[in-house]
Amino acid sequence: MEGGGPVSEANEPKAKVASKATEPEVVTDIQQMNMIQAINSALDVMMGRDPDVVVMGEDVGYFGGVFRATAGLQQKYGKNRVFDTPITECGIIGVAVGMGAYGLRPVPEIQFADYIYPALDQLVSEAARLRYRSAGEFISPMTVRSPFGGGIFGGQTHSQSPEGIFTHVSGVKTVIPATPYDAKGLLIAAIEDNDPTIFFEPKRIYNGPFDGHYDTPAKSWAGHDQAQVPTGYYRVPLGEARVARAGQALTVLCYGTMVHVVENTVAEMGVDAEILDLRTLVPLDIEAIERSVRKTGRCLIVHEATRTSGFGAELVAQVQERCFYHLEAPIERVTGFDTPYPHSLEWAYFPGPVRIREAINKILKD
Amino acid sequence: MSDRIDSDAGSDGATPGSGRNLPPLRLHVPEPKFRPGDTADFSDFDIPPAGAQARPDEAAQPGEMRDLAYGLVRVLDQDGIAVGPWNPNLPAETLLKMLRAMALTRAFDARMFRAQRQGKTSFYMKSTGEEAVSIGAALALASDDMCFPSYRQQGILIARGWPIIDMMNQIYSNKGDRLKGRQLPIMYSAREAGFFSISGNLTTQYPQAVGWAMASAARGDTRIAATWCGEGSTAEGDFHSACTFASVYRAPVIMNVVNNQWAISSFSGFAGAEATTFAARAIGYGIAGLRVDGNDALAVYAATRWAADRARANAGPTLIEHFTYRVEGHSTSDDPSAYRSADEASHWPLGDPIARLKKHCIGLGIWDEERHAAMDRELAEMVRDAAREAEKNGILGHGLHHPMESMFEDVFEEMPWHLREQQQAMLDEWKAAGL
Repeated sequence: MEGGGPVSEANEPKAKVASKATEPEVVTDIQQMNMIQAINSALDVMMGRDPDVVVMGEDVGYFGGVFRATAGLQQKYGKNRVFDTPITECGIIGVAVGMGAYGLRPVPEIQFADYIYPALDQLVSEAARLRYRSAGEFISPMTVRSPFGGGIFGGQTHSQSPEGIFTHVSGVKTVIPATPYDAKGLLIAAIEDNDPTIFFEPKRIYNGPFDGHYDTPAKSWAGHDQAQVPTGYYRVPLGEARVARAGQALTVLCYGTMVHVVENTVAEMGVDAEILDLRTLVPLDIEAIERSVRKTGRCLIVHEATRTSGFGAELVAQVQERCFYHLEAPIERVTGFDTPYPHSLEWAYFPGPVRIREAINKILKD
Repeated sequence: MSDRIDSDAGSDGATPGSGRNLPPLRLHVPEPKFRPGDTADFSDFDIPPAGAQARPDEAAQPGEMRDLAYGLVRVLDQDGIAVGPWNPNLPAETLLKMLRAMALTRAFDARMFRAQRQGKTSFYMKSTGEEAVSIGAALALASDDMCFPSYRQQGILIARGWPIIDMMNQIYSNKGDRLKGRQLPIMYSAREAGFFSISGNLTTQYPQAVGWAMASAARGDTRIAATWCGEGSTAEGDFHSACTFASVYRAPVIMNVVNNQWAISSFSGFAGAEATTFAARAIGYGIAGLRVDGNDALAVYAATRWAADRARANAGPTLIEHFTYRVEGHSTSDDPSAYRSADEASHWPLGDPIARLKKHCIGLGIWDEERHAAMDRELAEMVRDAAREAEKNGILGHGLHHPMESMFEDVFEEMPWHLREQQQAMLDEWKAAGL
């Protein structure tokens, strides 16, 4: 940091503290990680590589976050770089804008995506617009981490999927991982990116992939090939989709938790679907979408967020503009309903296997 | 109007049908003392004499100095003599620099206001009567301290010697505008001058300044941050978030509230001024609060210097209320004669900041009326010449702006495909239309 003074003693990394995610007893290049451990590892790697990276948010410090994503980081990097904040999301993001202007690279956590609305002005009018309005004099290189989505009986204030609010804002990137491997690689790429990034973490799959059947025992990430995570530095570039399953019968566009729900439903149906895990909504991997839909001629979009003006609407428009003459059936959407997320009726609201199956059958009918 | 919303309440005060013998509740909607046509009379203002306010040690605990949040730090008395413990005892050179920056700001404002009226730009905001607030503070800060201003602190840039032609290019949104014509006039950004990009959304800069100050402290830097907002926008949540963060982390930041009495047409009562002072907001947060005569450049300088020394000594943040008056309209889009008494400004009991500092300098024998008049002429010519130069780069709406494809730049560091596609489509459409 130009003009920066001496780094205080408190900034020096403290003695290493045992943290299963970051300090395995046997150091290997590849390790089984759940999504929380992968995110923790990404933060650890980036804090180790870049002294400008700071982590802040409600309960993220000594305690390590309500989902444990920041466990051990304060002990390892000190309170000047990992600290608890007052409960004001507006303040957290506003302070992160100022820290970014100073030259730091903040990674604020918003405890639940449902709590992000008080910070909206600082995100939309400030972080997202700073580079543009100052013609590059000031930037806001923050990455806002926030658990999102339902399926955990969180009720309407711990279940929302507000990604469509942010994809509508110019100047901010929106990233949503679906696997531990991608969570780490995408988070590292987002932190290194010089633009503000919203990084929504699908909390339903923090501890294991979810097949959509809420009444069967939860699975862990153990044995999943995407849970084999390098312990060191690597990037998954922003703006590139992943083919979660290659196929010919139809294209399913999805992200986050829904990737796993779709994978399982397709397997149960025995349909040869091509599943694209979008991973980044802005910038969108339009080439991958176009390639796939032109090949299959059919397209289903699945997201948990509410339907009207949801990101699926943009996907429908993009596919229609680019692939209209390749389409053999109308594009279908399976989404959350345009209601608040209902607590006791969570599984009627959740776009699960029943509704996905119906939509696929409809698309494949003709 | 009465401060009571009449209902159909019966003469006994009970709401008919309520069945309860209780007085009806009343809603208090604040009303300013004077409206158009009224004669302004501020004789009931409690203005303590200059020099009366004690000056605590910079390291004093906030709890030891609560009376400062309700008093008024004043240095210049009626005769223009600097008195009392807050007198910063500035050398002649600094006093004249301060006077000149204030006069230049006023000349600049006059020229740019006229340019807007002549149709050369869309918008302007004068700072008439509030020059001391930004210039007194700017001269008390170190030149590399970071400022997070609101929209009426052009005096900071002028006090820091920033080229006025650069400011004019921004106002004209022309091809010389470093901000590429993207921002409303006066929403400057000048990183080299330690001047943060101004937002049109109010008080967003408050938590940002606190964050910058926290970063500086976390890094063991020596620079501090300062920020400004109006009294009206202290009602924004950002103000309170910022005060909480500043208090919790003892951030090296100075938070200035420019209480110019009016937020467009809403008087300060709509931000809570009937109940308490704005400096007193500090008390609830446990931070130092000072209430200062904002038309007294020496008081502003002294308070800012006190707060800056306090911040640099790791003794925490300070909230300063600058008690002043917005002499002109909110902006070129505003007509204050529609909502306030026309003679408020001339009756303002704290006078004009430039006239007061001029009187002080003359009293010291370092200045006189002739030199002042000559300076005003010189500054008016300087501003006129700069405006002519800036106009060579274009004025708003006359084609000499940045090329249209530049609209898509700087949304992101690297332009993603969807913006490239939109940019190309726009150029193709214009080409197809023969433009």
